[in-house]
Amino acid sequence: MADDPYATLGVARDASAGEIRRAYRKLAKQHHPDLNPGNKAAEDRFKAISAAHELLSDPDKRGRFDRGEIDASGQERAPPGGYRSYADTSEGERYGGGWQREDFQHEDWHPEDLEDLFGMFSGRAQGAQGARQSNAPRRGRDALYGLTVEFLDALNGAAKRLTLPDGRTLDVKVPPGMQDGQTMRLRGQGGPGRNGGSAGDALIEIHVAPHRFFRREGQDIRLELPVTVKEAVLGGPVLVPTPGGKLRATIPAGTDTGKELRLRGRGVPAHGGQPAGDLYVTLRVVVGPVDDAFRDFLRGWQPPEGADPRRDMEESA
Amino acid sequence: MITLETLCVQVRGLRAEDVQRWIAHELIRAEAQDGGYAFNDIDVARVRLIVELRDEMQVNEEALPVVLSLLDQIYEMRRQMRRVRAALDETVPGDLRAEFVRRLRAMES
Repeated sequence: MADDPYATLGVARDASAGEIRRAYRKLAKQHHPDLNPGNKAAEDRFKAISAAHELLSDPDKRGRFDRGEIDASGQERAPPGGYRSYADTSEGERYGGGWQREDFQHEDWHPEDLEDLFGMFSGRAQGAQGARQSNAPRRGRDALYGLTVEFLDALNGAAKRLTLPDGRTLDVKVPPGMQDGQTMRLRGQGGPGRNGGSAGDALIEIHVAPHRFFRREGQDIRLELPVTVKEAVLGGPVLVPTPGGKLRATIPAGTDTGKELRLRGRGVPAHGGQPAGDLYVTLRVVVGPVDDAFRDFLRGWQPPEGADPRRDMEESA
Repeated sequence: MITLETLCVQVRGLRAEDVQRWIAHELIRAEAQDGGYAFNDIDVARVRLIVELRDEMQVNEEALPVVLSLLDQIYEMRRQMRRVRAALDETVPGDLRAEFVRRLRAMES
């Protein structure tokens, strides 16, 4: 290396030690040969960078170079063999493909790897040359798809048509009671098998869209039901929406916000050996529009003794 | 094969607890020998690389596994490529090999 070490690192002749160090680090990140295996240009560049840094980071050597007592070429040292010289040989297997994962069982050469490589070269997943390498039957790959279904469809079951990225369509019969995140397996609907191997499966992950007012808790459904002041005080029949359609229910007289009614068997429908869940209806009293008659009545009305709803708060305050 | 003590003497700026932590985090593999660790040449080179990544390239400890995992994948691919080349050399006649290389070059451009 007879080049100017200052130019090699791209620093001024009066650069501080800190500037030299920063410049070296920046270039080393870019050109370190272990990070650029097989790239001769990077390796040569790194040699020059290391040599320049070695010279300029030593105040004594830098002074002698500046005074012209030594030239840059004498400082070059052979770079260490480096990690690449091992990793590029079969010794590198020691740290090979994903050994850090517990579930990884290291297999030595496998024809699939070759096919993947040819797929990479040719832009096709199943290159003709690759396929020729193995005549053993191979099962097709499993394909993973996502399908979002409406809340009620997931509860009651539905038939859905899924359009795949390749334009194929897949008819999916969503069984009743599906939960968000559950996966369905459609046998033989995945990637084609080769050499007489069976086709892979299509795995369909179900996403359940939230509902406007139903909420699912296991087998039960929760619902908040607004009622009028009159319905709450006097009780009476109301229409309650359930996953299976509207249902007439009776509100007992003298209920209040937070009161819970249980409609047995009106939750998630029975499926796969599980009995039907229940529908829990939490009442919420809504005042709603008010007319003069109601106002006049309230003006002339005295709540009964001990009717302060904030009583508990005062005690604890 | 060298011991942990020897390794720390050979690699400047290396402390025994660094290596022990890297072994615990599975960044370095070491073999057990006489109640201590024993390191192969490749382990020593890998330790040197980690020290360079940390001290000279300022890759912090948290980012080390990511960097090493990517490197491992690159080297794995390079070894696979080498095997492909060896298999081609052994099985494919010379004129077909030349055609193969010509096709690859054409795809690159």
